[in-house]
Amino acid sequence: MAMMTYRDALNAALREEMERDPDVFLMGEEVAEYDGAYKVSKGLLDAFGDKRVVDSPISELGFAGLGVGAAMAGLRPVIEFMTFNFAFLAIDQVINSASKMMYMSDGQFPIPIVFRGPTGAALQLSAQHSVSCETYYVHSPGCKVVTPATPADAKGLLKAAIRDDDPVAFMEGELLYNFRGEVPEDDDYVIPLGVADLKREGSDVSIVTHGKMVHIAMQAAAKLEKDGIQADVLDLRSIRPLDVDAILASVRKTNRMVYVEEGWSFVGVGAQVAHIVQEEAFDHLDAPVLRVTQADVPMPYAKSLEALAKPTAERVVDACNKVLYR
Amino acid sequence: MAQTRTRTRGQEAASAGDPFERHGVTPERALELLREMLLFRRFEEKAEEAYAIGKIGGFCHLHIGQEGAAVGSILPLRQDDYVISAYREHTQALAKGVKPDAVMAELYGRATGASGGKGGSMHIFDKSARFMGGHGIVGGQVPLATGIAWKIKYRGEDSVVVCFMGDAAVNQGGFHEALNMAAIWELPAIYVVENNEYGMGTAFRRVSLTDMVQKASPYGIPATSVDGQDVLATYAHFRDLAATVREGGGPRFVDLRTYRFRGHSMSDPVSGTYRAKEEVEHRTKDDDPIVHLRDKLMAGDHLDQAGLEAVDAEVRSVVNAAADFADQSPAPGPEALYRHVWAHLNPNGRLCLDGRGESPWR
Ligand SMILES: Cc1ncc(C[n+]2csc(CCOP(=O)(O)OP(=O)(O)O)c2C)c(N)n1
Ligand SMILES: [Mg+2]
Repeated sequence: MAMMTYRDALNAALREEMERDPDVFLMGEEVAEYDGAYKVSKGLLDAFGDKRVVDSPISELGFAGLGVGAAMAGLRPVIEFMTFNFAFLAIDQVINSASKMMYMSDGQFPIPIVFRGPTGAALQLSAQHSVSCETYYVHSPGCKVVTPATPADAKGLLKAAIRDDDPVAFMEGELLYNFRGEVPEDDDYVIPLGVADLKREGSDVSIVTHGKMVHIAMQAAAKLEKDGIQADVLDLRSIRPLDVDAILASVRKTNRMVYVEEGWSFVGVGAQVAHIVQEEAFDHLDAPVLRVTQADVPMPYAKSLEALAKPTAERVVDACNKVLYR
Repeated sequence: MAQTRTRTRGQEAASAGDPFERHGVTPERALELLREMLLFRRFEEKAEEAYAIGKIGGFCHLHIGQEGAAVGSILPLRQDDYVISAYREHTQALAKGVKPDAVMAELYGRATGASGGKGGSMHIFDKSARFMGGHGIVGGQVPLATGIAWKIKYRGEDSVVVCFMGDAAVNQGGFHEALNMAAIWELPAIYVVENNEYGMGTAFRRVSLTDMVQKASPYGIPATSVDGQDVLATYAHFRDLAATVREGGGPRFVDLRTYRFRGHSMSDPVSGTYRAKEEVEHRTKDDDPIVHLRDKLMAGDHLDQAGLEAVDAEVRSVVNAAADFADQSPAPGPEALYRHVWAHLNPNGRLCLDGRGESPWR
C-alpha cells in the first residue's frame, strides 16, 4: 500500500498499462508537454515518447473519432477529454461510432477504448464547465460508465477499463485529483467493473451514490451517526455495468433509500436505480425513494447560487430524515 | 508601464511618416484609443488583484497584452454592430460599450453584473450593447456568429457581426462549417482570430502546418493579417473592413496577431515548457500595444508625461469605482436560482423536476 493522490493513482494506472501493452496510447489536449491540464499524465511523455503520449489540437470530435478508428483497427486508445464538458463536441463519435460498432458489425468490431477526464462541477466554473455528464453516456447501450471516488478505485478501475474490450467513459473529478488515500502497489490491482463498494455499514437507511458524491454521502452518514442513525453508504463505482444485487441487498436490509448524485435529476442515475428498487424490492420499502441532486438549473457562477445548486451533506441528511419519517 | 520609450516601433513610425495620417486616424482619436487601452489594462490588473484575494472565482482569463487587438477591432464598429467572443472577453465587452461596473460586478458574481452574477468571467452578455457573450467551449461561438449574420441579412439590415476566437479554435470542426456557410450565403460576418500564438500550453505551429491567414481560403473568404499590437493599423484595418462587409462584400477573415502577457488563466503559469521566460519578457517589454501608441503620440507632440499620467489617473478612478461598485453590490439571492431557466412557463405540466419545494417529500 502507498499513500497517494487520486491524480497519482490514475498516473500509475496509465503507466502500468502502457508498460504492459504496447498498443495502449494516450491522446488529448495538453497531455504530453504540459503534463495534462490537471497533471494526470505527468512524466508519461518522458517515459513513453511522443508516439504514445500525444498532444492533440483542440478537435474533440476529431480525436475521439481517431481513437475509435484506431480501436477498430486493433489499438487500445486512452482518449483524454480536458473535461467531459468538452466531450459534448465528441459525443457523436462516442455514441454513434464507439458504442454501436460492435452491434452493427455483428460482433466483428469490439471497440476497446477509454474516454477519460473529469466530469461535474469544480468551484465556480459556471454553466458550460460544470455538467455532470454520466447520464448522457449511460443512456446508450454499448457504452460502459465508470466513476471512481477514491485513489484506490481510480487506479484499479482505470486498469480494468483499459483492459476491457468495450468503450468506457471513465469519469473523474477535478475536486478529486488532490484527494489522498491508500493504494495497492500491485501491478495487477484491477477492480472488476460492475462491483459496488459498501463504504460504510448501517441498518437504518441506504445512501446509494457514485463518483464525487460518495464523499458527501460519507459526511452525511457521519452527521446522522451523531443522531444515532446508521446509514449504509453504497458506492456503485460503475453505473454500467450496474451492481443491482448490492443495491437490492442494502435496501432489503434498511428498507429506505436515498440516492445522491451530482447531476440533474430528470432521467438521472438515481431515477433508474429507484425504478429498479421499486420493481424488484417494492415490498421491502418503508418509504418512497428520495434523491438529492443538483438543482434543475444550469450551474450558476455566483458563490451564493452555486452553493444552493449543488448537493450538500445537509440536504442528504434532510432526505434521510424524511425517509425515516423523523 | 515603463517610463522609458521603446525604440523599435517609435523610430520606425517616425521614419515612415506620420502614423496618424497614414492610418487616417486623427491624434485626437488616437488619444481616445490610448485611454481605452489603458482602461483595459488597469481593469484587468484590478481583476488579477481581486482574484488573488478571492473576490473573483472560477476561471478568469486576462487580456493583458491584447488591448490593442480589442480596441482596434471594436472601436471602429457602430453601436448596432454585433460582437461575440470566447471566454477571454472582459475588455471586448468594455470596448463594445458594456459598463465597467457591470463587467466587474459580473466577475465578482454580483446581482448587478452584466449577467446577473450567473455567468461570471467567461459569460458576459449585454443585449443592449449587442455584446452577444462570452462563450466557454472553444469554437462554440463561431457558428453562432454565422447565425447572427444570417439574421442581419434576413432582415435586410446593414450591421455586421464581429466574431472573436483564439488561434486554437480554428482546429474545431464547427469553425470550418460556420465559415463555409457564411461564404456560400455571403453573410456580413468578420471572423477574427486573436492569434496570440498559443492555445493554453500548445504553440499554434505545433497543431497546424498552414499559416493562420490561410485558414479561410478553402471557403473562398478573403483573409488578411494585421498586427494587433499596433492599434492604429488595427483600427484602420477594421474600419475599412467593416465598411466593405456592410456594403454587402460578404464575410472576411482576419489573423489579428497579438501576444498574451499573462498565463492562460489565473491558475496557469506565465511561461514554462511551452514558452520560454525570455520570450515572454522580451515580448512584454518590446511589444506592448500601449507603449507603442504612447511613443507615437509623444513623438508627434500630441502627449506629454503629465498628460499620460492624467489619463492613467482617470482610468484608474473608473476601475476603482467599478471595483467598489462590485464590492458593494449584493450577491444574487435564492430567488434567482430558478429564474430564467426557461423564457416561457407553460401553464400545463411541470418544467422543473428536481422535486425541491414541489414534492410533498421535500
Ligand atoms: C471544446 C473545448 N476544449 C477545450 C477547452 C479548454 N480550453 C479552454 S481555453 C483553451 C485554449 C484555447 O486557446 P485559444 O483558442 O488560442 O485562445 P486563447 O486562450 O489563447 O485566447 C483550452 C484548451 C474548452 N474550453 N473547450
Ligand atoms: Mg491563443
